Order: sequence, then C-alpha cells, then structure tokens
Amino acid sequence: MVDIAATPRRRRLAIIALSGAVLTLALWLVASALRDNIVLFFTPSELTETHKSAKRLRIGGLVEAGSIEISGTKARFVITDETDSVAVAYDGALPDLFRENQGVITEGSFRDQLFVADTVLAKHDENYMPREIADSLKEQGVWQGEEK
Amino acid sequence: MLAFAEIGHLALFIALICSICQTGLPVFGLAGRYSHSQFLAISRLLQLLATLLVIFSFSALIYSFIVSDFSMALVASHSHSAKPLIYKISGSWGNHEGSLLLWIVILVLFGGLFAATSKHLPDRFSLLTLSVQASVTASFLAFSLFTSSPFERLDIAPLDGRGLNPVLQDIGLALHPPMLYLGYVGLSLAFSMAVAGLIEGNISRQWGQWVRPWALSAWCALTLGIALGSWWAYYELGWGGWWFWDPVENASLMPWLAATALIHSALVVEKRGQLKSWTILLAILAFSLSLVGTFIVRSGLLTSVHSFASDPSRGVFILCILLVATGLPLLLFAWRGPTLSTRSDAGFISRDTALIINNIILVMATAIVLIGTFYPLGLELAVGQRITVGPPYFDATFNPVMAVALIGMAIAPVTMWKSGMLAHARVALIVAAIGAVVAVAIGGGAGVADNAAAMAGLALLGWLGFGVLADMQKRLKFHQPASILARIGKLDGAIWGVWLGHLGMAVFMLGALGDGLGRQEQTIRASAGDVIMLSDRQYRFIEMQQNQGPNYTTRTALLALEELDGTLLGYMRPETRFYPAERQTTTEAAIRPRISGDDYAVLADGDDEIGYSLRLYHKPFVSWIWGGAVIMAIGGLIALSARTTARRTSTNIKQTS
Repeated sequence: MVDIAATPRRRRLAIIALSGAVLTLALWLVASALRDNIVLFFTPSELTETHKSAKRLRIGGLVEAGSIEISGTKARFVITDETDSVAVAYDGALPDLFRENQGVITEGSFRDQLFVADTVLAKHDENYMPREIADSLKEQGVWQGEEK
Repeated sequence: MLAFAEIGHLALFIALICSICQTGLPVFGLAGRYSHSQFLAISRLLQLLATLLVIFSFSALIYSFIVSDFSMALVASHSHSAKPLIYKISGSWGNHEGSLLLWIVILVLFGGLFAATSKHLPDRFSLLTLSVQASVTASFLAFSLFTSSPFERLDIAPLDGRGLNPVLQDIGLALHPPMLYLGYVGLSLAFSMAVAGLIEGNISRQWGQWVRPWALSAWCALTLGIALGSWWAYYELGWGGWWFWDPVENASLMPWLAATALIHSALVVEKRGQLKSWTILLAILAFSLSLVGTFIVRSGLLTSVHSFASDPSRGVFILCILLVATGLPLLLFAWRGPTLSTRSDAGFISRDTALIINNIILVMATAIVLIGTFYPLGLELAVGQRITVGPPYFDATFNPVMAVALIGMAIAPVTMWKSGMLAHARVALIVAAIGAVVAVAIGGGAGVADNAAAMAGLALLGWLGFGVLADMQKRLKFHQPASILARIGKLDGAIWGVWLGHLGMAVFMLGALGDGLGRQEQTIRASAGDVIMLSDRQYRFIEMQQNQGPNYTTRTALLALEELDGTLLGYMRPETRFYPAERQTTTEAAIRPRISGDDYAVLADGDDEIGYSLRLYHKPFVSWIWGGAVIMAIGGLIALSARTTARRTSTNIKQTS
C-alpha cells in the first residue's frame, strides 16, 4: 500500500487537514441541528400566532378542571395557566398522574387552533413538577406548591 | 446506638484532617532534608486511616437507615419503616447527602488501593499522586461536612419517615449508582497521576503504563454503570425506551467518551512515547466531566428526574471545587505541557495515526453532547427563552460523527505501530466491506431501503462486525478447533480487549438498530376479554387483579401472550403500584425477554367503565444493547488482567526519575 504522507512533516499536515475537515463538518452539523431541532417551551399566555406556526413546540400548564374527554385511546383536554388556555388533542396512553389541576407538559404542533400533541409528560409525584411549569406558575403568582 | 451517627460524623472530620495533612506532605517532603520514602510512608498511613474512617462513617449511615433511626433528618425524609431491607440500605445513597458520602467512600478506596499497589512506582511520583488524590478527597469531605452533612439530627423525631421515591425502590437503584460512581471516581486516579506528572514536569513512557490500569478499570465500571442505568430506565420507567438523551444520561456519557479516548491515547504514550501532553489533558478533562456529571446535574440546574432539591450554597461550593479542580491543572498544563511534546517518526498509515483520529472524533463527540446538554441552560440564562434539545439534535450531530469512529474501529486493529498495515489487513477490510454489503442487502429485504440513516447504520454494523471477526479468524483460525486453545494462550491479552471492546460495540449496534427499526408498538384501550394483535402474536386480556405488596398495593392486568393460532407463550402482568407512605404511583412494565427480542406490556390509566389503556411492544434484539456493553466491559477486564501480568514481570526493572 502506498503511503500518501511518508515524511513526518507531510503526516502532520495530513492529520491537521483531516481534523480540520472533520471539525468543520461537526461544527456545521451542530449549528444546523441547533437551528432546526430545538423545541421551544411556552405557557398558554406566552404563545403568539407566530409561535403557533412552529414545526414543534412544548406547551405546559395545568390541566383545566372538567376539560378531560376520553374516548378509546384519544384524549382531549385544556391546558391553562389561569390567564389563557389551549385546547389539546392527544392519541396514546396518558401518564399515571395525569388528572385535573395537575401540571403537565405536552409536545407537538398546532393544527389551526388545536394543539395536537404526541407526548404528554406529567409530574412524577406529589412534590415534583417539571421545572419549566413551576417557574412559569411562580412568575404568574398561581404557584400552589411549597416554596423551595 | 444514638451516638453511632455522631461518631460517624466525627470520623468524617478526622478523615478531613488526615487528607489535608496528606495534601501538604510533598511541600515538606520535596524540600530536601528527609528522603521521599519516609514521607511516602506517612502519606500511605494517612491514606489508610482516612479510608478506614470514611468506610466507618458510611457504615454508620447505613446502620441508621437499617434500624430506621428517624431522629436523623436524612433517614426521616428518605426512609420508611415499612420498606424492604434492601431498599432501606440502598436508600442511604438515594439522596444528595448519602450519595455524596458514597462518592467519597469510593474516592478513598481508590486512594487506598493506589497506596497499596504503588510499591513499584518511583517514590516521588507516588507521593505527589497521593497528595493530589488527598486534595480532591479533602475538598469533598469539606463539601459534605459543611454543606451536606448526612448526620444532621432533628429536634423531634417523627413517628415514621417520609419514604423513598418509589421509582427509586428498585434493584436498579441499588446497583446503578455505586457502579457509575466507581467509574466516575476511578477517573480521579488518572487525574491525580496526570497532575503529579505535570508537577514533576516529566512524563515517561511508563506513565502511560501506570495510568492505563486505572483508566481501564474506571472505563469498565462506567460502561457497566451506564448500561445498568439504561436497563433500569427501560424496565422501570415503562416508556419502552432505553436512552432518552436526558441531561443525566448525557452527563454520564461525556466522561465515558473522554475515558474511551484516554484508554486509547494512554496506549500511544506507553507503546510509542507520543501524545503525552494530549493524554494528560484528556485525564484532566475526563475527571472534570465526571465532576460535572455528578454534581451539576444533581444541583438542579438542569431539569431532570435525578435532581435532588438543593440550596444555592451547595451549588456555589461545588462550582468552586469544579473551577479549582479544572482550572489549576489546566494552568499547570499551559506551563508544563509544551515541554512534553515530542516529534513523531510514524507514517500516515499507522496505528499511531488511527488512534489520533480516534481521539479527535471522541473529543468532538464529547463536545457535541456537552453543547446539546448545556445550550438550553445557557440560552435561558442569556435571553430567558426556555427550550428543549432532544433526540433530533443528537441524531443529526452525534450519530454522523460516531459513524466515522465506527469505520475506524475495524481498520485501526489491523494497522501496525509506526508504519503500515498487517499482512492480512487487506483480507480483513474486504471481509468488512462484504459485511457492510450483506447488512445493507438484509436491510433492503426487510423494507427499510428508503431510510438512509438506517441503511448507513446497518452498513456500519456489518462493516464493524465482519471486520473484527475477520481479524479474529485470521489469528485464531476457528476452522482448526483442535489447536485453538494453544493459539489463544500465545496471544497477548490486550488483543482481547480490542476484539471484545469493538465486537461489543457491534453487538450494541445490532440491539439499537433491531429495536429502532423493527419495533412494533400499539396503544389501545381494552377491557377484560379483548384480544389485541401485535405483529405475529396476540395478547388476550384475561382480567384485572388487585394485589398487596410489602409497602404498596397494585392494580394488575393479567394478559396471556399467544401466537396467532392461540398457542400460549406466557402470561404478562403489567401493573401500576400505589405507595401509600409516599402517596405515589409507579408503572411496572411486564417484560418477556428473549434473545430474539422482548415482549413488553405497560398498563396505564383507566377503569372498568372506559377500559384500561395498554401499551404493547415487540422489540427485536433489544437486550443485545446491554449485552454489547457487558461484552465491552469484559474486554476491558481481560485487557486489564493482561496489563497487570505484564507489569509484574517488568517490575524488576524499577524506574526512578
């Protein structure tokens, strides 16, 4: 096999060129992935019409009392932050602790004014709430948990 | 009995004093007058003392959990008298204070192990290494004692404890943290030896030989620890997934990637005397990432189920440790590093080059994970926008970069040090290429031809698997089984590390691709009597049951898993558990593991009126994921034993600097 870079000097150049190329590629991948693949988080009152056109987003808040309708595996409910609310449609198994007045995060996209979620995350236990929800509830003064 | 915890607390204080003295020893020891060996003897003695004291202290904590001493704040808030014994014990490290003490236990154990096994190393180097290790120990002892003491008392003891988060009441929690910590903390010795080498300003080829067993054993523990965590998430969280790119998972992956780079580059130091300064840098980086992994995540800075609530003073303390532990060595490196560089006489096609490329790729992969993990935090601090960086980011960045590494993993083992390739390299690479073509053909036949990423993954799997097997075939000659043992006996044990490490990666990929591409899943609302079909089998929903566990009640769905003609394959019992002490519910998936794939059933919400929501999966080859990790770790352990034998035989040539 012919060695394309027989001398130490040429070997070093080859390694630098190769790592430069791989590094450029990796940087480009990271930059484009951070542009295209991040998911923004909002509470219902933070949402604007522009946000609603995003490919994917997360919406978090409390499940409005009396809003849950279940038929088969399909569920409809309303997420509220006591100021505004968003209607959500979801097809799949709901988490154990999904119930009225509990904090949830949903991920998906808008079809007109209906938020079609493919993921629903509920708080894990009586004390734990996803930090995004706890923070935004605190900001809006409707936080009901303990002060940490 | 009551005073037991106080003695444990006192033991930690004395251990702190020991570690501080031990840290300062070289300042006097290197000044002249007395010989290094006398100071080394004192250092070893202090190390032994600190090790015993910390172990005693940890035992006292475990004892308090076993006897449910609720006058201790930690026991009262994290245990409950009705908990099974094993979870009382594991509960002692299922919280911030206790897990920190476990971390320190492993830190002093490694220090003690080094003190006991470093007789053949130069005295001055051992003294410095022990001193650096003691400085790390002292920092964490101070952190534990002054901000997170596990031995706080309550004025009034409650009648019973608040219980442990039920998700953590599992054998996975009993095993996963100690194993992971063994990996994280094992890297502390590579770090200490790197800093000791920098202080001396002289890194010999032997340095690579000294550091490699420690880095290798840490790497093995880290591999197993991550695999255990992934396996635990798979069966306990009930989401059917095994890796979620959660910040905590990323935090353990980063040191693993850095440690993987380290065990490869230390080899170059040892065999060729090259890459010294780079390897030093990696050793510092790997341990820093371990610190980040354990504590930044725990501090609650990043959203995660793992984060224990924490007060700000702890965050500041840990940030200080992190800055000092990373900053000082890096300054030292900036000063001494340049003097370590050497000129290479290797050709471009050589194992030297292959390992340099390996290191560049692994460090880049580490950086990609680091950016993905901390970008949301940075963005929120900077502009207040909350975002999530999820699997799509990592699929688009981490996977392509690692693909390059996978190509190299079949090539590097058939290259030679300094220049050229082994005689059979051409054959091995042709076989690897055939493997790639075969895997792609199978993928095309299975109907994933339009998924480019999947096809690339399959090609890499075939390339790597066949490539490693071809190299093994060449040296072991499987077609002559009579004399195979003789050939195995003649091989250097290190080659098994390469083979099993790389083959384990191929096995892991088979599992990941099998599950990723062949997974069947269905979510359905069903009632007793229903039959649900999923690919080539069916679930018959027999009835709902109520059961009583030791400290929980269950709601169980009894499902019969059958072939389509009604032949019974087995019963599946997915359940939800309610823990009254903690007022929490957990999901227990029913799993029927087979080598060809797992059947996996989860019971979610529902009642008799609207029916029960069931999630059913068939996951081809999924257990190969963890099997692959175990094979990698076994490879590391064999390489480790090979190294120690080699070291013992060369001990006679004692190196003094």
